[in-house]
Amino acid sequence: MIRATLSALLSHWVRNKLQLAMLLAGLALATALWSGVQALNTEARSAYATAEALLSEGETARLEHRSGQVSLSDFLTLRQAGWLVSPILEGRLTLGEARVTLIGIEPLTAPPGAGPALAAEDLSRFFAGHGFAHPQTLREIGPHTPDLQSSEAVPVGTVLVDIGTAQRLLETDQLSALTLGQTQPEGLRPLETLTPDLRLIPPGEGAELAGLTDSFHLNLTAFGLLAFAVGLFIVHSAVGLAFEQRRAMFRTLRALGLPLRHLTACLAAELLVFALVAGTIGLVLGYALATLLMPDVALTLRGLYGAPVPGALAFNPLWALAGLAMALGGTALAGAQALWRLWRLPLLAPAQPRAWAHASARGLRLQTGLAAALALLAMFLALRGTGLVAGFTLLAAVLLAAALTVPLVLTVLLRLAERAARGPLTEWFWADSRQNLPRLSLALMALMLALAANIGVGTMVASFRATFIDWLDLRLVAEVNVMPRSAEEASALRAFLTPRTEGILPMQRVDAQLASQPAQIYAMKDHATFRDNWPLIDPVPGVWDRLAAGEGVLVNEQLYRRAGLLAGDMLDIPQAGSLPVLGAYPDYGNPLAQAVLALPLFNEVWPETPIRQFAVRTDNATELIAALQDDFGLSPAQITDQAQAKEISLAIFERTFLITRALNVLTLSVAALALFAALVTLAGMRLAQLAPLWALGLTPRQLAGLELTRALVLGALTMLLALPVGLMLAQVLLAVINVQAFGWRLPMQIFPDDWARLGLWAALAILAAASLPALRLWRHGPAQLLRVFAAER
Amino acid sequence: MNALTLVSVSKSFPSAEGRVEVLRGVSLTVPQGSAHALTGESGSGKSTLLHIAAGLELADAGRVLIGESDLTAADEAGRAALRRGQVGLIFQQFNLIPSLTVAANLGFQARLAARHDAGFITHLAERLGVADLMTRYPEQLSGGQQQRVAIGRCLAARPALVLADEPTGALDEATGDRVLDLMLDLTAETGAALLLVTHSPRLAARCGTRHHLRAGQLEQAP
Repeated sequence: MIRATLSALLSHWVRNKLQLAMLLAGLALATALWSGVQALNTEARSAYATAEALLSEGETARLEHRSGQVSLSDFLTLRQAGWLVSPILEGRLTLGEARVTLIGIEPLTAPPGAGPALAAEDLSRFFAGHGFAHPQTLREIGPHTPDLQSSEAVPVGTVLVDIGTAQRLLETDQLSALTLGQTQPEGLRPLETLTPDLRLIPPGEGAELAGLTDSFHLNLTAFGLLAFAVGLFIVHSAVGLAFEQRRAMFRTLRALGLPLRHLTACLAAELLVFALVAGTIGLVLGYALATLLMPDVALTLRGLYGAPVPGALAFNPLWALAGLAMALGGTALAGAQALWRLWRLPLLAPAQPRAWAHASARGLRLQTGLAAALALLAMFLALRGTGLVAGFTLLAAVLLAAALTVPLVLTVLLRLAERAARGPLTEWFWADSRQNLPRLSLALMALMLALAANIGVGTMVASFRATFIDWLDLRLVAEVNVMPRSAEEASALRAFLTPRTEGILPMQRVDAQLASQPAQIYAMKDHATFRDNWPLIDPVPGVWDRLAAGEGVLVNEQLYRRAGLLAGDMLDIPQAGSLPVLGAYPDYGNPLAQAVLALPLFNEVWPETPIRQFAVRTDNATELIAALQDDFGLSPAQITDQAQAKEISLAIFERTFLITRALNVLTLSVAALALFAALVTLAGMRLAQLAPLWALGLTPRQLAGLELTRALVLGALTMLLALPVGLMLAQVLLAVINVQAFGWRLPMQIFPDDWARLGLWAALAILAAASLPALRLWRHGPAQLLRVFAAER
Repeated sequence: MNALTLVSVSKSFPSAEGRVEVLRGVSLTVPQGSAHALTGESGSGKSTLLHIAAGLELADAGRVLIGESDLTAADEAGRAALRRGQVGLIFQQFNLIPSLTVAANLGFQARLAARHDAGFITHLAERLGVADLMTRYPEQLSGGQQQRVAIGRCLAARPALVLADEPTGALDEATGDRVLDLMLDLTAETGAALLLVTHSPRLAARCGTRHHLRAGQLEQAP
């Protein structure tokens, strides 16, 4: 019985191969986008874990100086006092053709687990100046590799060497930090007495990568989920239509004595097989997609956060299982309604669309109710919600509420158009569009979601870009930046530059905790460069004079918003005491909190802080750069001009949103596929509705034209609906998500040109989706339409 | 004048056993204002003949004239224009437009043919007994009601020729009889010629002229 039933059920798919292809494609794509994004996240997170494991950051306490540099004498003092400490030196340098992070460790004193396990022979080579790097790093460095050994345990973009080699390569005699062994001998003199300038970083606190990149991954996950949801619309639509088409068959099977339980089980088994097949295809596609996107994600994470993420992807069986589970869960979700309807429908319910239409009307009412509830939830979250999760819930509620309202709004619009129509064909056109809306509504909802996401994310990125470029112009006003390698070189440079330039702005920084967040405190010289150019948020009156007088601090927008500061609030600055906040400044692209103190006050509190960089104001940058290289003997790597700095900043910016854009395009493609699937499936059912019109004197060409116009009109109306939803989405992204995730808020700007371009793309996608069924109708119309009448007997 | 003229019309279809000749040189004339019935067993080619007469299907050979217009010489658009203006079709499964109300369905073909006459449609609706159902949709009607609306839709356009394919096939006998009565009365009233395809000799007997299709050829019915 089961076999016979299955063969009857599956015969539908044999005869409707395109519909089957659409169902599998929808599920495969949904799984691919979701699992692709998850593969990226898994890979990046495993890279963070490798990076943390290399220095045992998660388990080992560290000693650091606020200036970021620890002297060798501090190390010796502690070792002599009996403390089990080991030195670390970190720095950036160019090796071969790659810019890498160089990490120097001292393997004999390093805590167990730090760095790759070294065999005895490796150890001797290690001391002799040989190092370890990830195979990918070795490839990036190219043929001019110093003697490096391949090791998977070293994060990508990092080279691990002996501390002496690191000091030689980085041309320094300082250390970055000291790691503290987990167990220490008893009765030692306290650290505070031995090295009062060093601060103890407890285990785990140094490992900030996972925390910093969380918002980036959450963004990716949200997009993956959106794409998955759009894909599920295809599956839901295809499954629903397949059930509707087979209603007569279900009735016959049940009339022939097949128990409802068996029928439902067979249909569930059918869905399970589809989910497994499509899920597996989706995993392969997802892996390919992730492999394609991984280099850009890696560049973004390295550029934004300095996270050492490889550009290649490793296969993770757990990821594959999770992807398959998602495909199964998604199919269950998409097919549950159809199975439930089948379970509830009486045996003798007419096997006609009307029964379905009744169910659709009920569904529409339910949908509208759900949309209203979601809108209320969104309103509540907009007014009361805090945190990133609340932000994303608000986003999801807005999108879902809007998507669920699509059929209702379109019904109302089509009804209005029908009323205004004059002429039999236009009347029929609107009435028929309205009647077929339930069958297309899922695809249109998916299209609306994809368009709104495109408009919202596009507006956010474009607003961000416009603001960012303006901000860069204001912020990067120094014509030349020079990086001294030592305190002596800094003094010499200052003397060299003073007569040749209009202003020298030294850059000094210490690391600290501000408002319980990892932060950096900068020194700022009182200069017209800052007074004239720095845009400030909420400044107190006379802000620059008060800052110059050491009467307060400026904070970056991230700290300002995350800590909920207001101008005039007191901020606790370690060692400098409590100072009032004088205002905030935008600091796009920086994940850390930041504060700015007047240079004299800074030097009073942290007198030994080295100068990391000079920002130099000059009328003739080219001449100055030439003089610095030829007369002073500075290497080109130590000089950055303004154009280079802007280029680097813009490149980082563009990379940050590259993935977002790629996922945007993919989501729209999936939505176009959803529409195509719905239109192709509908085309077969439409014949019975179109045949009478043909018989009444319309040509197949006219009918095909009307079908194409209908798809375009519905698409255009959906685009119109997507516009306000997209803008709402942009507002949520700019005012809620970005503030929570990155700490900055941007003014929303409107870009109608982008909408027009998107509209054009959407129209092309809709035309592509609708043209095959329309073309079929036009080319094979008479033969197809005649079958409707021939089938009557 | 003849509303429909078929001259030596032939039609064959491919099948697993080779081509099957459904119509073999069929000739038929249906004068204006007359009612003809076409009977035959299932698969005898009755519907094919009707489809060819309506220009829904093309003959392999022969000529088809609607009034004086040569349907066989017309292209798809020309055939559609002839259907729109001069032919009314009534089907077994009614084929009303499900998205339009009864009123809109009734007036639909007349408006397409630019012959919409509100008074005439009201008159037809009353004669057909559907005047109270004007705001309903097809799926809210019984089979008999739907077929009456289909007849109204066809006649409202004042066609010269009405082609009806088993119009009572989906109805019970009593309802079928009533629908046929109405159809015959109204075609007579509007002066349209009627070609009725049916497998029922009883219904065929209600028409003035009867033809029987056997082995692809027409013979005068007994």
